Amino acid sequence: MKLLMAVTGALFVFFVLMHMYGNLKIFGGQSAFDTYAHHLRTFGEPILPYEGFLWAFRVVLILSVVGHAYSAFYLWNKANGARKGRYAVRLAGAAAWRSTTMRWGGVALIAFLVFHLIQFTTHKVNFNSGVSDATIGESPYQLVVASFQLWWVVLVYLIALAAVGLHLQHGVWSAAQTLGCTTSVAARVRAKALAMFVAVVVVVGFALPPLFILFGIVE
Amino acid sequence: MKITVKVWRQTGPEAPGKLVSYQLDDVSPDMSFLEMLDVLNENLATSGEEPIAFDSDCREGICGMCGLMINGSAHGPLRTTTCQLHMRSFSDGETITIEPWRAEPFKVLRDLIVDRGAFDRIISAGGFVSVNTGSAPEAHSTLVPKVNADRAFDTAACIGCGACVAACPNAAAMLFLGAKVTHLGELPQGQPERDSRVVKMLNQHDHEGFGGCTNVGACADACPKEIPLDVISQLNQDLRRAMVKGY
Ligand code: SF4
Ligand code: FES
Repeated sequence: MKLLMAVTGALFVFFVLMHMYGNLKIFGGQSAFDTYAHHLRTFGEPILPYEGFLWAFRVVLILSVVGHAYSAFYLWNKANGARKGRYAVRLAGAAAWRSTTMRWGGVALIAFLVFHLIQFTTHKVNFNSGVSDATIGESPYQLVVASFQLWWVVLVYLIALAAVGLHLQHGVWSAAQTLGCTTSVAARVRAKALAMFVAVVVVVGFALPPLFILFGIVE
Repeated sequence: MKITVKVWRQTGPEAPGKLVSYQLDDVSPDMSFLEMLDVLNENLATSGEEPIAFDSDCREGICGMCGLMINGSAHGPLRTTTCQLHMRSFSDGETITIEPWRAEPFKVLRDLIVDRGAFDRIISAGGFVSVNTGSAPEAHSTLVPKVNADRAFDTAACIGCGACVAACPNAAAMLFLGAKVTHLGELPQGQPERDSRVVKMLNQHDHEGFGGCTNVGACADACPKEIPLDVISQLNQDLRRAMVKGY
């Protein structure tokens, strides 16, 4: 179970980093970003059909989400089974807090993921009265910029990012631990530092585009 | 010092329990925590009430019998065993809540006493080295590098008190398990059974109903013997290797 959790988690870290790289292309201007988005969909053509590579990738990700969540709930459930009688005084210490954030933070992330996909991948809802559906089809850049001009959209994203950061910080080091890579004190310190680094890079990397758009530096 | 204690009282394994408050007016800061409970029990005995049942044996931090949950911390606010904790760690007029370890495999027998037999069964599943007994071997016949000897020694310090389970949000016993697996795995004598040991002990752990580790780290924070978290990683590494070899 824990191996499943660690391996799927590692896949997400890889995906998230790639996703961030794509996002940062927005600083390259409209054409760079649009080409990238288009390129993702035509990757591997003509050997693979349109969006073929992207779908293969999506299937892997979806399976990973399912596996990750399944093992998480399995462990959660097992923990409840292992302590039916509650303590009268809550467990003291920061450690207990970490476990709560992993669980509820994970649940919050799934909710966010749904919102995010509806907004940017299927564009089913349109909050941006300024841009018509036709422009969105042509230029994802316009969609992104228009969305992040709304302050509350930015706020939702920043909150989600905070959750992502916390989840990554515990998750990355935890995966190293589960895979048995941290068998000395030095290795543990290194794994924790790596986890912190990944978390900070991801949070900053993802936060930059929305903030720059909100403050009108990118338009 | 004046102290109010709220103690978990439960007459038997199946009986419902509850917290009961007691007042102590004359506690010396130099008393150990268990002496404070002894004084309280004397008072209770004089007034004809049933004394509080709690475990202790060596009272010097080496046997692991005395675990109590004190204000939500296993073994109380300091990183020692309950018997090595003194009343000076508390302030005058404080209310202290005392509970037994809580985990399904650790059944409450009475008041603050739990049955830690699950640990014994985990040990008998594989936490040993099979040798033909006889006279003690010559010390220089099997050389052990200093680093391995040190690590084996540090992890062998685990006294099986169960604080790691008590403090774990998942009620997992992985720190205990990791300590035993690392202790034997670092030494040449532990090698022949290394792969089967980790699998058997882990199966017994799960069978007893302990939870799964999520690398929270509360166990290592609570452990009076300062067993480090990397023993759990060692456990995972040994398990992975054993699984590859088909155990
Ligand atoms: S690992 Fe530490 S807390 Fe757990 S049983 Fe051993 S000594 Fe007690
Ligand atoms: S009574 Fe032996 S460790 Fe506390």
